[in-house]
Amino acid sequence: MNRFIFLAPVGLFAAVVIAFAAGLGRDPTKLPSTLIDKPLPKFDLPAVRPGDVGLKSGDETGEPRLLNVFASWCVSCKIEHPVLLELKARGVPIDGLDWKDEAVDGAKYLAGQGDPYRLAGNDKSGRAGIDLGVAGVPETFLVDRRGRVRYKHIGPISPEDWSGTIKPLMDRLRVEG
Amino acid sequence: MRRATLLLFALLALAGPARAVLPGEQLADPKLEARARAIGAQLRCLVCQNQSIDDSDASLASDLRVILRERLRAGDTDRQAIDYIVQRYGHYVLLNPPFEAETLLLWLGPALILVAGGVWVATLTRRAHRVEEPSPALTPDEQAQLVKRLDAESAS
Repeated sequence: MNRFIFLAPVGLFAAVVIAFAAGLGRDPTKLPSTLIDKPLPKFDLPAVRPGDVGLKSGDETGEPRLLNVFASWCVSCKIEHPVLLELKARGVPIDGLDWKDEAVDGAKYLAGQGDPYRLAGNDKSGRAGIDLGVAGVPETFLVDRRGRVRYKHIGPISPEDWSGTIKPLMDRLRVEG
Repeated sequence: MRRATLLLFALLALAGPARAVLPGEQLADPKLEARARAIGAQLRCLVCQNQSIDDSDASLASDLRVILRERLRAGDTDRQAIDYIVQRYGHYVLLNPPFEAETLLLWLGPALILVAGGVWVATLTRRAHRVEEPSPALTPDEQAQLVKRLDAESAS
């Protein structure tokens, strides 16, 4: 046993390397949501699209849906946008929350880029977003049929995020009681 | 001239670090504003994560400073105002992490490493002392052999 004691620092070094390597691979901007398994906070937002109804919490349709936080000034939202349009085409209900933005700019953005949203509300002051714990856009919440947040995705949704993580979760929520 | 330079540097030394708190955000009541500053310095900005909301120019940090002041003006205690923001963004916003099960290793880790190092050093020193035991004296037989050899060597 004592003959191999000189290997102890090597072992310790290896352990530290493994711990640091695991830490480096984690994205510090991806914070866990405090809302998981809790109902959406109360909000009642005016429409983004002219003549539309807007968005309020408690708008439950009895099926799971996505709540996508976006803004016309958000660059990575433009990367995500084609994915959202494709999801809409596949019949996935997506609601939009236009965060810290003017409704006019939000409407212009949707008119220009295409509109993937079922309901869309304008959160000019950003308070609804802050109540949701939004730190940046885009962020997307998976809301179950009873209006509880079940999952939060930070950053643009890639096709892999959809097929690998969000779709399986949504399918599971669809069959649960 | 020299005195003026000295005075200039003395005044510069008095200047506090610049904060991002904007004049429009500040409260009229200096006591409340002081409390808001003390809390703001402890809350992490979610956008530029190693700055406090008081240090950050991000618009979300500004929103949080305004919300914090609203809470204080509404009569919240410091604790309640902090909890309001923690409820939304989690414990991560606290630049001073709380002492709880999840952060046990963070708080106790350094002490554990210190204790482990102390034990290690203690064992090493004890072992080093053990080596210094005096070697047993030569037996009369060995003594005789040694004398014989030395004689033989000096004779040659």
